[in-house]
Amino acid sequence: MDIPDNLKYSSEHEWIAPTGKTAKIGVTGYAAEHIGDIVFVELPKVGTAVTAGSSFGVIEAVKSVSELFAPASGKVTAINERVTKEPELVTASPYGDGWLIEIEMSNDGDLSKLKDAAGYRDFIASLPE
Amino acid sequence: MIPFAGWDMPVQYRGLVEEHNAVRSAAGLFDLSHMGEIFVTGPDAAAALDYALVTAPGKLAVGRAHYSMIVDANGGVLDDLIVYRLGDTRYMVVPNASNAATVSSALKERLAGFDAVLDDASMRTSLVAIQGPRAAEILQPFVDVDLTTIKYYSGTQTTACGVPAILARTGYTGEDGFELFVAWDDAVRVWDTLLEAGASRGLVPAGLGARDTLRLEAGMPLYGNELNRETTPFEAGLGRLVSFAKPGDFVGRTALEHAKDHPRKALVGLKLNDRGIARIGYPVYLPAATDACGSITSGTSSPTLGHAIAMSYVPVDRTAIGGEIEVGIRDQRASAQVVPMPFYKRST
Repeated sequence: MDIPDNLKYSSEHEWIAPTGKTAKIGVTGYAAEHIGDIVFVELPKVGTAVTAGSSFGVIEAVKSVSELFAPASGKVTAINERVTKEPELVTASPYGDGWLIEIEMSNDGDLSKLKDAAGYRDFIASLPE
Repeated sequence: MIPFAGWDMPVQYRGLVEEHNAVRSAAGLFDLSHMGEIFVTGPDAAAALDYALVTAPGKLAVGRAHYSMIVDANGGVLDDLIVYRLGDTRYMVVPNASNAATVSSALKERLAGFDAVLDDASMRTSLVAIQGPRAAEILQPFVDVDLTTIKYYSGTQTTACGVPAILARTGYTGEDGFELFVAWDDAVRVWDTLLEAGASRGLVPAGLGARDTLRLEAGMPLYGNELNRETTPFEAGLGRLVSFAKPGDFVGRTALEHAKDHPRKALVGLKLNDRGIARIGYPVYLPAATDACGSITSGTSSPTLGHAIAMSYVPVDRTAIGGEIEVGIRDQRASAQVVPMPFYKRST
């Protein structure tokens, strides 16, 4: 299971890659694999405010609907248009071309509540199969 | 694995879309042991089933089968089922797992006064289905009959994989395929034999997830989604099943004679024009209307067609092909249009 060391992770299986105030967000490889054949991704518009722990979009497989939860609060500065046209990118490259949104973070404290790679690895190991 | 009608059922083995595509292009193997199997036997078996069901099983030739329904006195659907005529005086009725007990007790009641007995074999009978364009060639070496002589919608007692089986050419996928009814203890042998023999021809095990997307593409209703006691066969678009021509009374006849010309709703197929997937329970609106006129009964992203499809009940004057309908998806309205069903039809 690929869990890059340089990212932070939420218990809802989103990753966040901060660069200064800006951060890219996506879903983890674990989540993509468990959702299965991803056929639809709904993302917020640029400029939308997102709140840590709240839903910012939806990811759908053939038979399931999963909400996307923001790992940190902020304002959406970019969305990955490509992934809305090619949802399979989320599964193929969850940490790369399958990224979802970019935000400008509004609360420095949010990141400290997230897990590092080791913590996330332990977390998914503790989940029932 | 998920709980389903009292059974633990696999939603998927390797992946829903892979399983779905395998059934369309090669073959899939389904464990449908949860389905009910009820035998009705006796000199009056034909007459009893003519009285109990909306179709005319008495007219079936021995070895043939048909799709049927059992309704209550109000014409509401208790279940949809397949009836096989195994002999002059012997039938097998196959209801949905969730309704097997209901159907069994309703049939038992309706058999009173007829010289026929009911044997509910559901809890000792397994069903293994092999479905897809390569089903026949994979199955042929393991059965005693020439499969080219087996017509669609027929069932016959034979031997399969060395065990006694009722072999039927029926299914719920929109593809050619066969269903094998065998004793519980024999099911694993049938499953393992076919899976091993078929692997090189693209046969994969297929779960409930693929079963649902396959039947939806094929425009087949699912009890609990499109069918329930508040729905008549006419409203579900299955009025052709109801045989008013058969002699004698049958349960629901009076109610259905009225229901035929007084449908309260109509089932349609929808194709979404906008992005998004209409799911069961999502509200359905006439264009620009504030109040919902119905709700989605089944919906998915179609693996074969590559766009979202759904079924919904709509007002009876809104069934014209091409008619516009809106679906409430979260906080938005998505545009959809009425399209003919089945959504998918196999080419051969």
